[in-house]
Amino acid sequence: MSVPDTKKTPLHEVHEGLGATVTEFAGYRMPLRYGSETAEHQAVRTSAGLFDLSHMGEIFVTGPQAGAALDYSLIGHLSALAVGRARYTMICDADGGVLDDLIVYRLAAETYLVVANAANAATVRSELTARAGKFDGATVDDRSDAYALVAVQGPKAQGILGKLTDAALGDLKYYAILPGAVSGVDALIARTGYTGEDGFELFVSAGDAVATWAALTEAGGDDLRPCGLSSRDTLRLEAGMPLYGNELTTETTPFDAGLGRTVKFDKGDFVGRAALAAIADKAPERTLVGLVARGRRVPRHGYDIVGSDGTPCGVVTSGAPSPTLGKPIAMGYIHAGHTEDTDLAVDIRGKHEPVDKVALPFYRRTP
Amino acid sequence: MSNVPETLSYTEEHEWITEPSDGVVTVGITAYAADALGDIVYVSLPQEGATVEAGEPCGEAESTKSVSDIYAPVTGEVVAVNGAVEEDPAVINTDPYGEGWLLKIRTDGDGPDLLDAPAYSKLIEEA
Repeated sequence: MSVPDTKKTPLHEVHEGLGATVTEFAGYRMPLRYGSETAEHQAVRTSAGLFDLSHMGEIFVTGPQAGAALDYSLIGHLSALAVGRARYTMICDADGGVLDDLIVYRLAAETYLVVANAANAATVRSELTARAGKFDGATVDDRSDAYALVAVQGPKAQGILGKLTDAALGDLKYYAILPGAVSGVDALIARTGYTGEDGFELFVSAGDAVATWAALTEAGGDDLRPCGLSSRDTLRLEAGMPLYGNELTTETTPFDAGLGRTVKFDKGDFVGRAALAAIADKAPERTLVGLVARGRRVPRHGYDIVGSDGTPCGVVTSGAPSPTLGKPIAMGYIHAGHTEDTDLAVDIRGKHEPVDKVALPFYRRTP
Repeated sequence: MSNVPETLSYTEEHEWITEPSDGVVTVGITAYAADALGDIVYVSLPQEGATVEAGEPCGEAESTKSVSDIYAPVTGEVVAVNGAVEEDPAVINTDPYGEGWLLKIRTDGDGPDLLDAPAYSKLIEEA
């Protein structure tokens, strides 16, 4: 059997030099953690963390019909997006199932950058190419290998990045992007992230990744800690952000995940429209909820959520010990008819451990 | 490479065990296992006085990413449980062979074959 080669990001040798524990994720060798993942998590909450996200897919959609092509391809209304702004959106199949969740940046009137999850980048590229094929004035170009993506996240992120750029970071709004030089390197500077903190994501040429990482490391000093995928997962979970493959799959719709507001029906036809319109005003078959364990055992992905009658009424999609709350937290789907049940437990390897249902997110930063 | 003290014996499930002293052995998990788990946030251990059976799960260790069973390396009676690691499991990460010990078990000495330090080192190098 032939196994596809595992890909490395341009920062792979930097991670090895830092002694990272490396894991395979979405076909890439990625840093799981450099030291203590709890310390990495806390650094992002209280100071700043530095992430290599170069595995993510960068797909450009350009041309006079780029906006129209994205309106048809995605559930969001991207032609209405202002230049320099970003939108969280999804690409669905004809049945309304989620193929990926995306951030789309409008870089210029006729230039959009679609950022896809690494595991789905090939699907997003082929679907966008097929769907945009209906539009003569739109071109899809996957430049994932040409770009590195480095994120600086945390309350001290602006102060650190500000040392390296003249770009007007103070004027850059959340979910906005602007081009600028970072330590002399051309970058797209976006105020986006996946941690629940303020922070920036920097798109740079793959060849500039090592220099950019080094400049940030020097500018950040003790205030900036390299962070791996393990802390990235607990940070996003505390912030109540869905992860594709866990909360979002082709078997879930945006409405199931509580993200129905991202489906824009007032923009004309789009792939999945009929299926999504049919369920838009109905109670969803299942609802994404937050759970906090009363005990110390951790509800994890795939464990059954058990109702007051002792039978399964849902399933955990993500769970981890929360460094900020000091308790295990989880997200999961509860089937319709059980959403009012307040006496919930999770079947943790045969034992029903009580959990409390809470509103998401688990953590919200103080502005 | 992870620290593998010469004076201890090991299981294939990454527990360490001391030589018996007055019929009592001390048990913990290895530096390699602690490192592979990542930050340990919760450990569940048997009660003092419980009987454990060699090769059978007798507790579990939860980290950020995973949960792992802890296996009893010998059959016997639990005569001491390290309450300090139940309170602060991070000690297992920082000092797995010292302050991070888990259990003391009174055993008659008969038990399954254990690995010596070179054999365990070989096991984790090949992992």
